[in-house]
Parts: sequence; structure tokens; C-alpha cells
Amino acid sequence: MKVVVDLSMCDLHGLCVDAAPEVFQIGDDGVLHVLLETPADGLRAKVDKAVRECPTGAISLEE
Amino acid sequence: MLRRIAIVGASLAGLRAAETLRDRGFDGELTLIGDEPHRPYDRPPLSKQVLQGAWEPEQTFFRKKDGYDALALDMRLGVRAVSVDLRARRVALADGTNVDYDRLIIATGARPRTIPDMAPRTGLLVLRGLDDAIALRRAMMDAPRVAIIGGGFIGLEVAASCRARGLPVTVIEALPVPLSPILGPTLGDMVAAMHRDHGVDLRTGVVVTDVLGESRATGVALSDGSRFDADVVVVGIGVTPNTEWLEGSGLTIDNGLVCNASGEAAPGVYAAGDVARVANRWHGDAPRIEHWTNAVEQAVHAAENALAGPGASTSFSSVPYFWSDQYDRRIQFIGGARPHDEIRIVDGSLADRKLTALYRRGDRLVACLALNQPHALIKYRKLLAADASWKAALSGTAAS
Repeated sequence: MKVVVDLSMCDLHGLCVDAAPEVFQIGDDGVLHVLLETPADGLRAKVDKAVRECPTGAISLEE
Repeated sequence: MLRRIAIVGASLAGLRAAETLRDRGFDGELTLIGDEPHRPYDRPPLSKQVLQGAWEPEQTFFRKKDGYDALALDMRLGVRAVSVDLRARRVALADGTNVDYDRLIIATGARPRTIPDMAPRTGLLVLRGLDDAIALRRAMMDAPRVAIIGGGFIGLEVAASCRARGLPVTVIEALPVPLSPILGPTLGDMVAAMHRDHGVDLRTGVVVTDVLGESRATGVALSDGSRFDADVVVVGIGVTPNTEWLEGSGLTIDNGLVCNASGEAAPGVYAAGDVARVANRWHGDAPRIEHWTNAVEQAVHAAENALAGPGASTSFSSVPYFWSDQYDRRIQFIGGARPHDEIRIVDGSLADRKLTALYRRGDRLVACLALNQPHALIKYRKLLAADASWKAALSGTAAS
């Protein structure tokens, strides 16, 4: 899986950071960073949660 | 063997439950039942983007990109569920059909409260669904004078959208300070001042005694004896959970559908979102929570437990979170405050209307409000989830 974030839609709610801290981080620059673009399958449930919880639908997954 | 799962309620919680079931590999029959004719859509933009005219109503639909084919749903839209037979494991719909299930997820949400004994009339509106938003937006086109009954989040967001369109707006709030039960008096006062600065006629400590006009609303009468003209009257005084269809089913209804920590209302029956009262370990209670994020979290949790079964269920624990956009300000709030909690502003200031505030009860951190300071939330969300002490919160670390 590949994590794709549309930064133009990101509103910094930070729920993805909470759901999958291994994958998402909000830096001191106030911008969302994807730490792992192709996370291991073991992180699947966490990444799914991040996708589902994003209020703006900014995160999507490509297989 | 699970073959059939029925979800009643086709809004955020219902959709997220369906998505999670498919994510986790459920490949049986999945029925999604909703009383509105629309595909699932997102409610938060209704009071902002849609009312302000920045979005067309269709832009609120979920899964615009992914579509619904991959979910392989039997979608029953525009039809209300009227009852459930727990023994037969069968939901009856208003069109006379039935849906059998092995697991049931209830996500029927809530509907706006109305003023008792007030006859419906043209120009007297509520805002909950897409059709409500379309009707209110249409009414706002004619440059009306708007009165909003209720200075809660929905009322204040509608007020901000009216001002964005240049409409004169009066908000009537029964409390002396709007939002004070949720944000505390200090921040409630600040929100009130923000609205007054933007030209809202905010009247507090009064209640509406009558909406004037016969076939159409023409004004509002207040408990202080005053009355004023209005062409559009929006009622935003909270919501009632949609549980009537469950009466007599044997499920426990008490200001919502009461569930255990697994999100179960009865064996094989789960609930999520505004209709549900799920025992929440963080909260130490089973509150009914009307937040967007809560609907998602409970839906994911209910779906996972529906698949896992009672032996492998997990308990729900979540720090409540909501946000509200008003003018150029975003209020983000995490945790749960009470009116007498001590509030300390740890960054920014009330004067700048840009700040981070922490709420203290005893020696615990119980909530955090961030106003146009989104990055602050990450840190305090972690601390709240870890049930951090006040001292630890002030030092910014979960230790101690």
C-alpha cells in the first residue's frame, strides 16, 4: 500500500498522527509529513483508521 | 459463520462501519439502510461551505473518488427502518420489506429538537440534513433578516455563515454566556465577543416565547418582552436521538441506545454515533456524544467487534474531540470540561483570539482547547489519553 496525502485538503486535525504515529507526523513547521510512504502490512489497521478518521478526506491509499 | 450484516443509518457512522467491515475482510451480504434519499454525505460542511455558497450540495457526498462498487453494498435509501425483532434477527422497513441479519449495527443518529407546540410555517427552519441546508441556503438568497434560536455550535456557525453573506442576524441564547457549559465562561465570553465584533446581534439570558407570523415566520418574541422582525428563523436547540423505532424491541433506551464497552446493545447488536451511549473507559461513563470523530471511532469499533464476536471484543476508550469553524477561527476541543474547571491559557491570548487553554479538575488535566493553534492538540491529546496529571500537563510531559 502507498499512502497519499492531499496537503491542500489537510486541516491539521492531527487524528492521523494519533491513529498511526509511525506513518504521520505534524512537524514544527506546521505541516503534515508522511514518514512512511509505503508502510508495512502490519500497519494496515492503523493506516485504515487514519484514513477513516480524517475529517477532510485528505488521506488515501493506493495498492 | 457470519453471512449477513445489516447497518441501519446511512450517514457517517453507518458508512464508516460498512467500510471497516470490508477493510477487515467481511465478504458476506452487507445492507445499508437510510431514511434519506441521498447517498452518505458529510454534515460539517453544511453549516459552513454549503450555506456560504462555496460548495454545491453534491460536494458533501462521501466516496466521490472511490465510489461504492468496491463496498458491494445492498443500499436501501429513502426507506426508514420501523422495528427490529431481536429473536428473529430481522429489521422491518417502512416499505414492507424485511432485512435479516446475523449482526446488526445501529447508527440512526439524531434529529433536531423543535420548540414544543410551535406550528411549522414557511421560513421556520432547522439545520441537520442536506435538504435542510439546501432549504436554508435558498431562504438566505433573498437577503432576509435572520433570527437564530439557540447560541450553540450549530447556531453560531450558521450566524457566522449569515454574516459571511452580509445578512443581518440575531442570535437568542438562554444562557448568560453561550457555550459556557462546554467551554467554560471565559472562553464562552470570548466567542460571544467575536460574534458581536462581526456584527451579530447576540442576545443572551433570554428565551423565545413565540415565533410570530401565521403561514410564514415574520419575527420573534422574547421573554424580556421585546420582539423583532425576522424573515427566516432557524431553530438550533440541540438534537434528540432517533430511537423510537427501537421501542418495544427489548433494547435499553435512555437518552440514546445504551451499550456496553464493546459497543453492544444486545448480543449481536451494536451501535455507533449520535444515537449511541457506548461505555467509554476514558470517560468513566456512557455519554451520548454528538461529535463527528466519535461517530467514526465508534463505527470502526462496532464493526471490528461485530466481526470478532463477544469472546474477542475490545473495550471502547476515546478522548472526545470536536472542532467548530466560525469566521477565520477554528475552535478545537479535546476532552471534557465542566463549568467550574480551572482554565489556564498556556499559549497565546484571549485578546489575539489565538490560544491554547488547558482545563484542570483536581490534580488532573481534563480538556484542552486550541483556537487557531492546531499543532498544540497533538501534544495534549496524548497527555489526555494517558490521563496526565495537571503538573505533567504544564510541564508538557506524560511522566509524573
